[in-house]
Amino acid sequence: MLFNYLPIVVFLVIAGAIALLMVGGSLLAAPQRPYAEKLSAYECGFEPFDDARRRFDVRFYLVAILFIIFDLEVAFLFPWAISLGSIGMFGFLSMVGFLAVLTVGFIYEWCKGALDWE
Amino acid sequence: MTAFFASGFGMFVLMVLETLALLVPLLLGVAYATVAERKVLAAMQLRKGPNVVGPFGSLQAFADAGKMLMKETIIPTGANRLLFIAAPMLTFVLSMIAWAVIPVDNGWAIADINVGILYLYAISSLGVYGILIAGWSSNSKYAFLGGLRSAAQMVSYEVSIGFVLVTVLLCVGSLNLNDIVLAQRNIWFCIPLFPMFIVFFISSLAETNRSPFDLPEGESEIVAGFFVEYSAMTFALFFLGEYANMFLMSGLTSILFLGGWLSPIPLPPFTWIPGVFWFILKVALCMFVFMWVRATFPRFRYDQLMRLGWKVFLPMSLAWLVITAGVLVATGWLPHAPS
Repeated sequence: MLFNYLPIVVFLVIAGAIALLMVGGSLLAAPQRPYAEKLSAYECGFEPFDDARRRFDVRFYLVAILFIIFDLEVAFLFPWAISLGSIGMFGFLSMVGFLAVLTVGFIYEWCKGALDWE
Repeated sequence: MTAFFASGFGMFVLMVLETLALLVPLLLGVAYATVAERKVLAAMQLRKGPNVVGPFGSLQAFADAGKMLMKETIIPTGANRLLFIAAPMLTFVLSMIAWAVIPVDNGWAIADINVGILYLYAISSLGVYGILIAGWSSNSKYAFLGGLRSAAQMVSYEVSIGFVLVTVLLCVGSLNLNDIVLAQRNIWFCIPLFPMFIVFFISSLAETNRSPFDLPEGESEIVAGFFVEYSAMTFALFFLGEYANMFLMSGLTSILFLGGWLSPIPLPPFTWIPGVFWFILKVALCMFVFMWVRATFPRFRYDQLMRLGWKVFLPMSLAWLVITAGVLVATGWLPHAPS
């Protein structure tokens, strides 16, 4: 069973080796002549004003939290979708109940304006 | 010979050969997709496109690779060096290893695992990390904004992609990609699940940060987004990763909705042609649509993009999922789970 996954590991190693070879090859083959101005962060020709690690819009956090909820929901749906043939009407109605609860939450978010970007 | 490949070491060699047999054509395809895209865009704008290097510009891909190799790798002073170098490699490796489970013909997958679609979903979720790490470790404002935008956009559309996948799984009853294609012998899923096919294709445009959803790059506002600080091969790895992801989404579209390696007409003259040919043809068709869309539509605004993802696609795909399940349960057409 687990043996089926071995090709993925081989694939991972080979793909990683290709990536390393490409970057390493470029580092070796190309002349590296760094100086302070070349290495400063790009800011349309100006000297960079300040550090880039600063505050950003809270809505990005909100999107990430909403994503976790819905992604988990999808993760629950995968096994349900496969076995729906054998769990029948009871399984179907249980999942409809679960989705209904989540839909109520989704409507609440929508009405609260969590999905608006203006 | 067969005895050699049955031994432990022989199987390992076989695995490496199989992997290379997939990776080399894939990388060549990706390299030529960049040339093909320029040619297609040029033709749509009544230009000639690259035509200097080799006959009809056919060696352009190698010229580009050589140029990228000979450029200086710039690592900005403020950057986290390790993460800065690791991010493009991560993006590239993730876009490659997803191909391990894609069946290019009946049973021709390098790893024919029985949770293939779940594996693909997981790998495409991990793709966000490469971009987020690149955006953060560059320590540049444009890169940071581009990384944030890209991450938010990718996770938003991943939700609707997930619902579309579950809808297809309902009709198949298996997570194995081979079974998904075989379930389409009678009818391709793009016909009964047509709205989901459209949702999936548009979401895959957003997932790969392609036009008209290319806000993370947004040349006119944040120059190149998360890879503004990258040069030489680190840039090339992002570029290759992006195109390999486009190939992956095209391949997934063909497997889920266009019958994978199955011939369009299940009659002798068409069934004699090997399945690989049909699969490549379908992937190429999807790639062409990707390029066509880029040549045709203007860029979305960010609020429009989020509205489309969360307020249109999410409710729509959720509703279609419940309707599909309801119809299947009511009519008894459900595939019976292998017990």
